[in-house]
Amino acid sequence: MVSQQAVVVRDLEKVFTRRKGLVHRRRRFALKGVSFTMERGECVAILGQNGSGKSTLVRLLSTLLLPDGGSAHVFGHDVFKDARAVRRLVNRVSVEASFFKKMSAAENLAYAARFYGMGPRETHAKIPVILERVGFPASRRNESMENLSRGMQQKVALARALLTSPVLLLLDEPTTGLDPRSKQEVQTFVREIRQQHDSTILLCTHDMKEAEELADRIGLLDRGELLFLEPVEKVKDRYGVETLEEAFFAATGRTFEDEKTEEDEEREVFA
Amino acid sequence: MSATVDTTFSRMKVLRNELIGLYGVVERNLYLTKRYFLWDLAFLLWTIANTLTIVFISRGVDLTPAARNDLATKLLVGGVIWAFLGIIFEIVTETVAWERWEGTIEYTFMAPVSRPVHLIGMGVYAVIYGLVRAAAVFVAVVLFIGIHLPHANYGAAIALLSIASISFIGVGMMTAVLPLISPEKGTQLGFVAQGLMLVVSGVYYPVSVLPSWMQWIAKISPATYALRGNRDQILHGAGLRFADVWPLLVIGVLSIPIGLVVFRAGERYAKQHGKLKRSG
Repeated sequence: MVSQQAVVVRDLEKVFTRRKGLVHRRRRFALKGVSFTMERGECVAILGQNGSGKSTLVRLLSTLLLPDGGSAHVFGHDVFKDARAVRRLVNRVSVEASFFKKMSAAENLAYAARFYGMGPRETHAKIPVILERVGFPASRRNESMENLSRGMQQKVALARALLTSPVLLLLDEPTTGLDPRSKQEVQTFVREIRQQHDSTILLCTHDMKEAEELADRIGLLDRGELLFLEPVEKVKDRYGVETLEEAFFAATGRTFEDEKTEEDEEREVFA
Repeated sequence: MSATVDTTFSRMKVLRNELIGLYGVVERNLYLTKRYFLWDLAFLLWTIANTLTIVFISRGVDLTPAARNDLATKLLVGGVIWAFLGIIFEIVTETVAWERWEGTIEYTFMAPVSRPVHLIGMGVYAVIYGLVRAAAVFVAVVLFIGIHLPHANYGAAIALLSIASISFIGVGMMTAVLPLISPEKGTQLGFVAQGLMLVVSGVYYPVSVLPSWMQWIAKISPATYALRGNRDQILHGAGLRFADVWPLLVIGVLSIPIGLVVFRAGERYAKQHGKLKRSG
């Protein structure tokens, strides 16, 4: 199968329900009729507050969720009907580094790589190289993850994603909670990946500056709806504003820091 | 953009990747055993102590020395099999719970390795680990209490245990799905299922002493046949008897595919309801 478009999402819908009492069930739309496409090699940033549906979108494209409507294709493969083919092409970095804490960076990377068909000889050669590339000191690769700082763990997470050479990289708030230096290092590395690899990147973040600096196009996901997805200058022109913060206000009538409603908080928990 | 992305994979490459994936699951568990070595040692000592408390019962019963040795052997086999099958059941059952606890569940479940390979990899490791642990418990208790086993057929005992393991892996797969459906309650139910299976199987007593409804359940428990066969092999030097092997093979052949189907259905439910994540 050969495809030019990296991602094609059409009317994607995800509803979460939660029991309230014995009889009642609450339904909350995590995604409502989301449609967009991504060209191969493109970097698209999706902005949104916590609970806006960003993580749900990433988890749907990662084959970890099934939709309640719509479709999604990655390089021509149906994400929900041909999940195994999609899994070979996709990897992700999420806000939580997510490793076996007692295992070392090298062991965690080897474990992840085995699932992508990389044998011991291959990982033995590649792991030190990839760790060096993300700025992780080679001398610490046999230390257990629990002894590493959050920034170091996130570098290992980046290395894990890149080790499998994904053609679609899903970054779900990869710099949230990092100190400014680690954040800068991760962002620099994302730029490097774009320049040196044939990767398409979907970056979900609530950091507007990060989105503006890294992405070709910026989308705004608000309460499960994709309000726009276009180059940052077009966004600013559309709303006649100077910054993305102002564009968010113009598009939603709220500021990014506004207090969330009970419904927003529930959506955040479900998603 | 002129270049294209070829996303096809040959069957041979898929098979190769699956085998490497299976190796990866076993290898990861070895890493974890190495890292949690002191915990493993503590659990081993606890199991030895627990088995000793049961086998010492034979020393307090008024019997001839030969009969006392027989009783001690029967209790020892029960204790060792409980430990062995318990470990297999626990490791396979905790496939999901463990990943969720460590926070790696999303990465493992989005990886391009098939679920049967993932679960069988856990089973293979569980059998290897369980055999080593069972052998250590057996040797420690025999030496400590001084049990005489002049007729023991160890080869047949290990072979029967290995056959029984297939069934236990299958049953473990069915219960492994529980933490997917209900993250907390599922793990608890897994332990309950494990206990129930062992209690009906005649761990320290013949199945005939159980109420008749429990005896019916014992007929479909693989532990029943493993315990019965292993006792005869260790006490009387019996070989691999067809009467013990065929029920284990039938249960094994049925339980593995049923376990996979049940797990697949559970995984689909978890994906539909957003439970395939670290916090469930």
